Amino acid sequence: MTANRLTESLLALSQQEELVDLPKDYLLSESEDEGDGDGERKHQKLLEAISSLDGKNRRKLAERSEASLKVSEFNVSSEGSGEKLVLADLLEPVKTSSSLATVKKQLNRVKSKKTVELPLNKEEIERIHREVAFNKTSQVLSKWDPIVLKNRQAEQLVFPLEKEEPIIAPIEHVLSSWKARTPLEQEIFNLLRKNKQPVTDPLLTPVEKASLQAMSLEEAKVRRAELQRARALQSYYEAKARREKKIKSKKYHKVVKKGKAKKALKEFEQLRKVNPAAALEELEKIEKARMMERMSLKHQNSGKWAKSKAIMAKYDLEARQAMQEQLAKNKELTQKLKVASESEEEEGGAEVEELLVPDAVNEVQMNVDGPNPWMLRSCTSDTKEAATEEEDPEQLPEPVAHEVSESEGEERPVAEEDILLREFEERRSLRQRSELNQDAEPADSQETKDSSSQEVLSELRALSQKLKEDHQSRKQKASSEATVPQVQREEPAPEEEEPLLLQRPERVQMLEELEKEECFQNKELSRPVLEGHWSEKTPNNHPDAPKEKKKKEQMIDLQNLLTTQSLSVKSLAVPTIEMLEDEVERNQRQMIKEAFAGDDVIRDFLKEKREAVEASKPKDVDLTLPGWGEWGGVGLKPSAKKRRRFLIKAPEGPPRKDKNLPNVIINEKRNIHAAAHQVRVLPYPFTHHRQFERTIQTPIGSTWNTQRAFQKLTTPKVITKPGHIIKPIKAEDVGYRSSSRSDLSVIQRNPKRVTTRHKKQLKKNSVD
Amino acid sequence: VGEMETAPKPGRDVPPKKDKVQTKRKKPRRYWEEETVPTTAGTSPGPPRNKKNRELRLQGAKSTHILKKSRISKKPQVQKKSREWKNPESQRSLSGAQDPFPGPAPVPVEVVQKFCRIDKSRKLPQSKAKTRSRLEVAEAEEEETSIKAARSELLLAEEPGFLEGEDGEDTAKICQADIVEAVDIASAAKHFDLNLRQFGPYRLNYSRTGRHLAFGGRRGHVAALDWITKKLMCEINVMEAVRDIRFLHSEALLAVAQNRWLHIYDNQGIELHCIRRCDRVTRLEFLPFHFLLATASETGFLTYLDVSVGKIVAALNARAGRLDVMSQNPYNAVIHLGHSNGTVSLWSPAMKEPLAKILCHRGGVRAVAVDSTGTYMASSGLDHQLKIFDLRGTFQPLSTRTLPHGAGHLAFSQRGLLVAGMGDVVNIWAGQGKASPPSLEQPYLTHRLSGPVHGLQFCPFEDVLGVGHSGGITSMLVPGAAEPNFDGLESNPYRSRKQRQEWEVKALLEKVPAELICLDPRALAEVDVISLEQRKKEQIERLGYDPEAKAPFQPKPKQKSRSSTASLVKRKRKVMDEEHREKVRQSLEQQQQLQQKKEAKTKPTGAWPSALDRFVR
Repeated sequence: MTANRLTESLLALSQQEELVDLPKDYLLSESEDEGDGDGERKHQKLLEAISSLDGKNRRKLAERSEASLKVSEFNVSSEGSGEKLVLADLLEPVKTSSSLATVKKQLNRVKSKKTVELPLNKEEIERIHREVAFNKTSQVLSKWDPIVLKNRQAEQLVFPLEKEEPIIAPIEHVLSSWKARTPLEQEIFNLLRKNKQPVTDPLLTPVEKASLQAMSLEEAKVRRAELQRARALQSYYEAKARREKKIKSKKYHKVVKKGKAKKALKEFEQLRKVNPAAALEELEKIEKARMMERMSLKHQNSGKWAKSKAIMAKYDLEARQAMQEQLAKNKELTQKLKVASESEEEEGGAEVEELLVPDAVNEVQMNVDGPNPWMLRSCTSDTKEAATEEEDPEQLPEPVAHEVSESEGEERPVAEEDILLREFEERRSLRQRSELNQDAEPADSQETKDSSSQEVLSELRALSQKLKEDHQSRKQKASSEATVPQVQREEPAPEEEEPLLLQRPERVQMLEELEKEECFQNKELSRPVLEGHWSEKTPNNHPDAPKEKKKKEQMIDLQNLLTTQSLSVKSLAVPTIEMLEDEVERNQRQMIKEAFAGDDVIRDFLKEKREAVEASKPKDVDLTLPGWGEWGGVGLKPSAKKRRRFLIKAPEGPPRKDKNLPNVIINEKRNIHAAAHQVRVLPYPFTHHRQFERTIQTPIGSTWNTQRAFQKLTTPKVITKPGHIIKPIKAEDVGYRSSSRSDLSVIQRNPKRVTTRHKKQLKKNSVD
Repeated sequence: VGEMETAPKPGRDVPPKKDKVQTKRKKPRRYWEEETVPTTAGTSPGPPRNKKNRELRLQGAKSTHILKKSRISKKPQVQKKSREWKNPESQRSLSGAQDPFPGPAPVPVEVVQKFCRIDKSRKLPQSKAKTRSRLEVAEAEEEETSIKAARSELLLAEEPGFLEGEDGEDTAKICQADIVEAVDIASAAKHFDLNLRQFGPYRLNYSRTGRHLAFGGRRGHVAALDWITKKLMCEINVMEAVRDIRFLHSEALLAVAQNRWLHIYDNQGIELHCIRRCDRVTRLEFLPFHFLLATASETGFLTYLDVSVGKIVAALNARAGRLDVMSQNPYNAVIHLGHSNGTVSLWSPAMKEPLAKILCHRGGVRAVAVDSTGTYMASSGLDHQLKIFDLRGTFQPLSTRTLPHGAGHLAFSQRGLLVAGMGDVVNIWAGQGKASPPSLEQPYLTHRLSGPVHGLQFCPFEDVLGVGHSGGITSMLVPGAAEPNFDGLESNPYRSRKQRQEWEVKALLEKVPAELICLDPRALAEVDVISLEQRKKEQIERLGYDPEAKAPFQPKPKQKSRSSTASLVKRKRKVMDEEHREKVRQSLEQQQQLQQKKEAKTKPTGAWPSALDRFVR
């Protein structure tokens, strides 16, 4: 079956091909194919046409639904569409042949390409699309960043954002009922109207406005065009440069280089004629370039290329030539150097010599050599000063070196510099001499001073010794008298104290010193305490009593604090003692108490304090299990090793606030109820509690602030107008014009799309 | 542009007081600016009125402009907030006249400093840019508000009075009669004596506005009066011993500690409450911002009663026997109790134990008083000593004085004058300057009364000292005792009934919770570090890692052959070693710095040039 079908279709195709040869249409042939001259066929056609003219025999034009054997130009009908076939319709393909050409071109191009790349994966395509879209949108959105930041940091935001600008309306608009009534007014308005002057907006006439706008547009256009041109030119130039840079041909580059060199030479020649000074500079530049080349080892035989050529040179003539060329170049470079710096080299040699030879000799030589009168003078002055300068030989080589290095062109300034330098040296030497003299003098005075200071020192030492002795004796007395255990004196363990002192932060020391000094300065403080401290403090001034320093740290003596002999008031009015009966009674009680008042109060207090300190200390945890791992029972204790091992020592807490205050017990317990009111979570930007504390330290209540400050401190962060819709922020609200690039592109693209779609639609409509 | 701002303290809607103690047509001269007083004719208004070879200078509100000007010009630094005008022509007005004082008026730095609250001495850790900007905002705000406050100091029109003896003349010798004679009539009327011999020694209390006075005699006599107009509000006899008497938040309520229980009366003398949970009360204190009535009883209990809700907030056992010495610290509302073992304990209702205990005297403590700034505490004991303690952390005595019979009663005035009642004599000491403790060298004033002193209090906002004694009540004139300017919204002596009611509502709304009482009232502005750390620790435990910790170094995988395990470990090791080295370097540097500092310190002591120095090159 299928084979039959195939053969049929093939047959049909062949028939069609045959038919192509036939003239397509008799109408067409009539009009166009005049030159065919196929008489027979025409005749046949004519016959057929005539035969078809009579009614019944008229051949039905079959609809062309499927490939059939009978396919002729007459089969083309417009029955299906229900329209009449127009000649113009058939002519259309002829017209559009130009579009076919482009198709052909494209086809050619496609053919010329060997393989078509595989289309990307769907995922990859999507990824790329996403990336591009993301970049675009992020770019569009990034312009909002500063505004967002500003709004976040703003103290206050007011919504809605768009502010209604106060429109300055002319009075006629505001007061619609207003009319020119008085004759004067009427006259004026008439005049204005006659001259077409603006009545409401007195600034610009409509014509002026229009002209202004037009002007601005034109200008803008011109400017834009200029800019465009400039940009285009720049881009052309850049592209060209890039292209040239990319060229890999060595020959080309060689040519370019040579051309450049020639050009430079030419320019130089010209410049020499026109402007010798500039030419000199140019020359220097050329020289420098040459030097650079010389330094670069480019034309030595050490390069890779040169080596390879050297190997090939035996056999290859070209290579040999290249080698020779290179050698010549090298020689040229080196030779040129010799020619250029003959004098320099000589001078360099002289320099080496001079450095070896003593300076005085050298100077004389220089005198002989140098024809420069300036130099002469300086040298003579040198000789004059020779005697003084011999003393400081270190400073001399410097100027000499300067003299040597000078070249012919720079002689004068250098000489001047020399003179200046020499003057400086002169002064320096003079100063030194005077200083030496002075040194000799003050040495004596210092000695005398020293001796006097020694005396003072010895006196002070003796004094301090005495004071110390006094102090010790007093202390002994105190210790013998005091029933209070030694808490305050730190004397017994000075070695233990010292490392502690070292560890302590210095600020604390300072504070305490300050406090103490305040205490000292306070005249009202009881004498004995003061004296005692003073006696301890005075030795501090001595360098030979550094140990005394720790005494500064000493705690305030409680005994002294309470048993001070304070000055009694010389009151003018001594109270008379006449009392009521219960008052008398109480007085008696007081008298008894007074009699028994004494050290027991202090002892009790110290005991209480010790207990409080003990209670507040963190406790060690003992985890030993008696009988675990060893024998247990009555009277058996776990070994010391075990106990040591299973004892968890509590960490040392911070030092107590009342550590150095013997007369105070400060409760270290935390006030939980108050802590409940405190902030316990740090808000976001803060990382340390002290930072946050600083922001909440100023009170904002009206009790502590002036009314205005209070209002300012408590302004709401956001203000909204009741009854107004808060719309999302727009570019116009923040002063952006909507013509920023991204927006523009969107706007521009959209209408295009719309138009293309629109066109398509139109076409469809027209086709249908 | 005139700023219509109100000062934080001064009177707002009330005319300035005219009835302050004043000398007639006397220009005040401040003792600290004696040298600045120009001797020109314009400033000295004739010869000073000499009277019994002494000069009296009491309070005068009007001070001359010249004086002020000279003072301002003497100030070393004047913060110029004025705008810098780029070109002077821009400020020229139409008339061509120039403003001689362009920009806002300068504000003295010291005054601004007074209102600054941020403690800038504490160093902050390194902070991020965002945090820094927040801190800057906070600091700018603080500066702005303090400048505004300093500007409005101008509205504190009244100046404190003073008493100044002529050279070598002792002010203590000036008796009340002389002062009364020298001052104006209105002020002279403030000195009076109430002879109430029948009902024994009196305790007294002024209301917070200083307008009303309540007193209770030992034998049951209780009275309240508007003491300026001498209008009696009520007078009753409670037929029971009265230990103490105190106004509550306003003059309408009166707490009386009677023999058995605590009673509360209104200003008509009608008994409102009898609080039986507070029995055998000896002393009363009222904490106005917390609405707490603190009572100390014979049984040794310190009881806090919240008068706004009528609840007992805390009853603390002091464990020190009978309590009969009590005073409050107006700065932080801490109650100071004096005990028979010579200690003074500081109490807060939030803590069962005292906040601090200070051993003040060898004998028992007889009286305690704290000044209005909360800086100084005066205490007197059975050892006949009067001591002034510093309450700012150290609790050390600043000055000590032995009195012939010891002081039984002490009181501070608003401006820091200290009064001590010793038997039938009252001694008043004054400080050298503002915010300095009263110097006990020389009494400022003394006065002898008709009986032994039983109660003392300075009247707020009036230069008056009220003394309750066995002979009745005496109102003394003490120039310079009280704050001359009052805050019209806070405690207005001239307020009407309606104003008082309004204030009452506001005060109740602003009531401070009792548990916030602690030694440092600014502790509320601190972060609770302990619970913060606790939270952090818990978080770390919960998560298993520290989210804020610096991540340990993780070497990046490199090319194929180079990221073997060994090399990774090596690289890790390297970084660790580098960090360790850095640490060691830092610690070494610190040590060196310490040493250098030490050397620098020791150098000045050894600064004497030795004879061998000349050989040092």
